Amino acid sequence: MVDNFNEMYDGGKVREPYKRLEDWTNAMPTELRAMKQAEAEALFRRIGITFAVYGEGGDPDRLIPFDMFPRVFTQNEWRKLERGIKQRARALNAFLLDVYGRAEIVRAGKIPGRLVFQNEAFERAVTGFTPPRGIYSHIVGIDIVRTGPDEFFVLEDNCRTPSGVSYMLENREIMMRMFPQLFRENRIEPVDGYSDALRRTLASVAPAKCDREPNIGILTPGHYNSAYYEHSFLADLMGVELVEGQDLFVEGGFCWMRTTEGPKKLDVIYRRIDDAFLDPLCFRPDSMLGIPGLMDVYRSGGVSICSAPGAGVADDKAVYTFVPEMVRFYLGEEPLLNNVPTWQCAKPDDYKYVLENMADLVVKEVHGSGGYGMLVGPKSTTEQIEAFRQKVEAHPENYIAQPTLALSATPTFVQEGIAPRHVDLRPYCLVGEKIELVPGGLTRVALKEGSLVVNSSQGGGVKDTWVLAE
Amino acid sequence: MLSRTAENLFWIARYIERAETMARLLEVGARIALMPSAGHGYRSEWESILQASGTAEGFSAKYGDPVQRNIESYLFFDRDNPSSVVSCFERARENARIVRTALTSQVWDALNGAFQEMRRLERMPRSELEVTELAEWVNRQAALVRGAMDATLLRNDGYSFLNLGFALERADNTARLLDVKYFVLLPSVDFVGSGLDNYQWQTLLRALSAHRAFHWAYGGEITAAKIAHFLILNPQSPRSLITAVTMAMEHLDALSRGYNKSGPAQMRARALVGEIAETRVEEIFDEGLHEFLTRFIRDVGELTEMVQGAYLSGEAR
Repeated sequence: MVDNFNEMYDGGKVREPYKRLEDWTNAMPTELRAMKQAEAEALFRRIGITFAVYGEGGDPDRLIPFDMFPRVFTQNEWRKLERGIKQRARALNAFLLDVYGRAEIVRAGKIPGRLVFQNEAFERAVTGFTPPRGIYSHIVGIDIVRTGPDEFFVLEDNCRTPSGVSYMLENREIMMRMFPQLFRENRIEPVDGYSDALRRTLASVAPAKCDREPNIGILTPGHYNSAYYEHSFLADLMGVELVEGQDLFVEGGFCWMRTTEGPKKLDVIYRRIDDAFLDPLCFRPDSMLGIPGLMDVYRSGGVSICSAPGAGVADDKAVYTFVPEMVRFYLGEEPLLNNVPTWQCAKPDDYKYVLENMADLVVKEVHGSGGYGMLVGPKSTTEQIEAFRQKVEAHPENYIAQPTLALSATPTFVQEGIAPRHVDLRPYCLVGEKIELVPGGLTRVALKEGSLVVNSSQGGGVKDTWVLAE
Repeated sequence: MLSRTAENLFWIARYIERAETMARLLEVGARIALMPSAGHGYRSEWESILQASGTAEGFSAKYGDPVQRNIESYLFFDRDNPSSVVSCFERARENARIVRTALTSQVWDALNGAFQEMRRLERMPRSELEVTELAEWVNRQAALVRGAMDATLLRNDGYSFLNLGFALERADNTARLLDVKYFVLLPSVDFVGSGLDNYQWQTLLRALSAHRAFHWAYGGEITAAKIAHFLILNPQSPRSLITAVTMAMEHLDALSRGYNKSGPAQMRARALVGEIAETRVEEIFDEGLHEFLTRFIRDVGELTEMVQGAYLSGEAR
């Protein structure tokens, strides 16, 4: 762990963006810290930022651990990241538009057709249809890790419905309430423009048949969903409806909401449910969640769906390998953000390498998420590695592998005081009439010492993420 | 607003009101049990409480004989009983969580606070909990919720749906509480006007937190006619049937003004208020208290269905 880049200390010296934070922590005795931590938790509970876990007994409302030590970027660091993120978001959308159209990138031999057309996330139902402005993924969450002062890598792309943005907003809100002094001393770029930007983005992709200010709704699977709070929080911030499938119906080529005053037209749906549950007539006849006939309305320009059905084909872990190629192919630019080198077990040479070096690699299931279905070689026992090897051997095509990166760490409040913990970053890039990115994102932190897994389901926490103004 | 949101608001209010009614019923039962029983004996009194709360079937399926301890558990703590205080508070809170953003943080705090305290009560040994204290606790929590609503909510359509929930549930519940009178307190005509009868009437007033109010409003001797007037026909009495249906009518009118559209629910509410306003106590006793209440409960049920159809079902056109 000693070799890992520490974002605050560079060989004992405090790095520029963290300069003012040193005094802040020095001036905070343990008792005050404990008090502040309790205050933060009370605030989270009061505002209601919990994620609901049903069926495990106990209090259904859980808190994601919040670490008060902020993670800081300089304006320079951020500008570089921002350019890279926006570039990637453009390339991913160009790819989606292409593969549901003429699939030039496959014809050019830059990506195997099998990875695209045989992909579970590829939706035959939308081939040949162009969504408004040709945009498929309106909110692109790009997970980024850091290994050095200038070394950033993209870990994965989330083109469907990346979650967690409510934590970005609330973490900031709570930090500002608890430590106003910090915000006076440091000049920190605000992130609260996100909800307006999201609303603008959604409004800018109103369907062809909408000739007025569009009605926007967030489509949630319902209050038992663990991210329900985020859905209702975003709806409230934007001043748009929070709807479930049962609130909607299709008639006369439009999508309608059931309201107390009769049907009201819904023009743009920001859906937080999977493709499979959008329309039982089109995808899953057994689904109770969807709106029968919605896809017909979508294809005839009566309603917009964000992200567009089929967007998932771009954020597959196997397709991920080809994103740098997409940047070159569609934009004619060199990628500003690097991928983590990836071995695909579907390729014989790669497969052989992975099996031989499993103890040093991170091996992931192509369709897995949430930190499940993966093996962190250096942190696993021989038995665990052996068990995982058998899974890989059974279905090589389902697995990829990456080197174990020396993830950067940032100071984090822990039981014994302050200690470095590994972090990643998820910024939320908005793609509509314009491409927008608020200066910040969600920093997830692995609270267990030495752990590289930042997912909240595996003991991860969150931090406020600062971008310093010039 | 979304029909589903309106429905959630409507049910938050109904569950809170119902939780209070359950607590009041428990209190009535506990008080009656403290006095020497006449005629049918101790068992039938508790049975009548179950009848009035509409939970008799569920109870006998689970426990069989009406034993006081079991009835108390069933009405207060039992999650198998959809009308128990615990079930009501839990569902009120879950409905509130669904429409969090339509509520103020004060209202949420009150509902969530009640829920958290309730979980604490559940963990305490039952022997440390007195029924009267539990009932008071429920009334206090409900008062906090109502207070937060009155003080902080916008007076919009959502506010009307909440109040419709309170009003319709209260109309139904007061009628059912009164019906306990029919089941227990008038076992035979001979008892009417006897000392025992008066004591039981008073018990009912106490359980409705209306004992003092009654004396201020009427003074003098307590009679069955005065109490029936107070709980059915007096618009000053906060839980009387006429107060409840008038409140429902006013909020339905507010909705029709806001939406610029009136319907059968408004007409029905007005008819109901008009009818009760013109009723005299003698007529109620002539018809028979039980018959009158049964008819009233059915009328309120029909009005509720109309509200459901017009606003909450999502079928509005």
